[in-house]
Amino acid sequence: MNAPARSIQLGEIAYARSGDKGTNANVGVIARTPSDYELLRQYLTADKVAEYFLPLSVVAVQRYELPNLGAFNFVLKGVLADRLRNDAQGKALGQAILEMQIEVV
Amino acid sequence: MLRIGNAHGFWGDRLEAAAEMLSLEPELDFITLDFLAEVSMSILATQRERVPQAGYARDVVEVVKSLVPYWKAGGKCRLITNAGGLDPASCARACQRALAEAGCRHLKIAVVTGDDVLELLRADAQSGAPSSLSRNLDTGEPIGAIIDRITTANAYLGGEAIAEALAQGAEIVITGRVADPSLAVGPCLHHFGWRATDWDRLAGATVAGHLIECGTQVTGGISTDWLEVPEVDRIGFPIVEVAEDGSCVVTKPGGTGGGVTEQTVKEQLVYEIGDPNCYLSPDVTVSFLDLQVEPLGLDRVRVSGAKGCVRPETYKVSATFRDGYWAQGHLTICGRDAVAKAQRCGELLLKRLQDAGCTFRDSIVECLGSGTFGPHASESSSRLTESVLRVAVASESKGSVERFARELMPFVTAGPPGTTGYSQGRPRVHEAFAYFPCLIARSAIRPRVELLDMETLP
Repeated sequence: MNAPARSIQLGEIAYARSGDKGTNANVGVIARTPSDYELLRQYLTADKVAEYFLPLSVVAVQRYELPNLGAFNFVLKGVLADRLRNDAQGKALGQAILEMQIEVV
Repeated sequence: MLRIGNAHGFWGDRLEAAAEMLSLEPELDFITLDFLAEVSMSILATQRERVPQAGYARDVVEVVKSLVPYWKAGGKCRLITNAGGLDPASCARACQRALAEAGCRHLKIAVVTGDDVLELLRADAQSGAPSSLSRNLDTGEPIGAIIDRITTANAYLGGEAIAEALAQGAEIVITGRVADPSLAVGPCLHHFGWRATDWDRLAGATVAGHLIECGTQVTGGISTDWLEVPEVDRIGFPIVEVAEDGSCVVTKPGGTGGGVTEQTVKEQLVYEIGDPNCYLSPDVTVSFLDLQVEPLGLDRVRVSGAKGCVRPETYKVSATFRDGYWAQGHLTICGRDAVAKAQRCGELLLKRLQDAGCTFRDSIVECLGSGTFGPHASESSSRLTESVLRVAVASESKGSVERFARELMPFVTAGPPGTTGYSQGRPRVHEAFAYFPCLIARSAIRPRVELLDMETLP
C-alpha cells in the first residue's frame, strides 16, 4: 500500500537567499537537516522550480547540488529581464520559493 | 593567521562601521570597504558629469577621517577599498588631503589602476574584426551595437596589484574595479607570500572574501530567520581569520549584535553564485563542492576545504551604456477591493499616457502587498483592504517619461477612494543605464600601483 502524499511548505524544511547575475537570478536553498536535503533532492527539481517561476517569465532553470552544504543552487535564466520590476535584483525570490508547497510521499 | 574585517558592504552602508570595528578590534590586520555594485560605475559617471573629479564614492573620505584618532593613537590596521571607482587617483588625493588636515601625515596611500578598459573596447569595436570576447556574455550582442552609448567599462582586477601595493608599504590602498573577494585575497597574498599558483589557498581566501564582501549579510542581516537574530540594531560587521592554508573562521567583534552561525554562513556562501564547481575570479577558479562549514562556538564558524584551479585567461568586464529614461511612482490604495482598484488605476494611467501620444519601451503595473513579489499573487489578495500601486515606465523619449511623472498625481483626486501615500510628490525622471558584461584578454591589461607622497601635498 502506498503511503499517502503530504504537502510541505518549503520554508518549513529549508532556508534561502537570492540575488542577481545580470538578467539571471540565483536562488540558494539550504536544507535545515540531512533528511530534509534528501527530500529536496527528490522533489525540488529544476522542472518544479521552473514551473513555479513561470509567471515571472523564467526561460530555463539549472539546478546545482551542494551535498556538502546540504544545499542547492538554482540559476533562473532570464527571470530578471524586466528591469522595471520592483524586485529588479531578485532579492525577493529566495523568500518567494520558501512559499512553495511540495507534495511528498 | 591574518584577521581581515569588512566595514562597508555596498555604497550606502553605515559610515560609522569602520571606526566602531577598530574601537572593538584595534589589533585587526586589515579592514576592507566595498563600494561598487554592478551599476555603481554609471552612477559615478553621471556624478562626474556634474562635478569633474567626483568619479569616486565620496563617502569613503568620511570613513577615512573617522579613523584618524585610531591611526594617531598608533593603530596599525591597514585599509583596502574599491571606493576609487572611475577615478582612484582623485579619491586617493581627497583622502590624503583629509588626513593631512587632521594632522595625520604618516600614512602611505597607494592607488591601483588599470581596470578602465573603455578606450580598449572602443578601439576593438572600431577595428575591422572585433574580438569575440567583447560580445555580451548574456545575449551574445556585439559591443559595436552599444559603443556609441557606452559610459563606463571596467575589468574586475584581482588581488595581485593590492598585494604589490602592500609590499610597497601602503597603509591605505585605493582601487577602482576589483573583484569583490580580491579585496581580501590581496592582503593574504602579501602576508603569506603565496605563489600566484597556490590555487587551493587562493580559493580559500576567495571564499573568505566572498563571505565578508557584503558586510552584515553574513552576520544575520537578511537571514531567513531574521526575526530571531538578536540585537540587529547593533549588528556587527564581519571578520575572517584566514589561516596559512586558506581556510578561515568567520566571526565578528565581541559585544556587537547579530550572529555568525552555520546558517548565516551557508546563506552567504550561496549568495550570487552560479555553478558552485566553477566560481570564477581573476585570482583563481574555485570549487565550493568540498567546502566544510563547522560551528566552533559562539559567533565562530570555520570554513575549510576550498579547492582551486587555474584562473581564467580573461578578465570579466562590466560595461554600462545609456539606455533612455525611466521613472517610477507609488500611490497607496485603501478600502474594499484595494488590489482591483490599484490595478485599474495603473492601467488607466497608462491608457491616458498612450492617448497623449507617449511611447514607452517598457511599462509595468504592480500591486505591492498582493504577493506579486513572488510568482503567484496570494490567494487572499482579493480580500486585501490595502495595496501600494507601483507604476514604472522606460522610454527613449525623455518627454514621455516626464509626462508620466506629471500624470500620476492627478489620480489622487480622480482615482479610487482611499487613495493616499502621495507625500513624496511627482516621480523623479532618471537617466537609464543598462549593463553589458563581456570579457577581455588578460594580456591586454596591466594593473598599475602608484604611491602618493605625503610630502608633495599641495
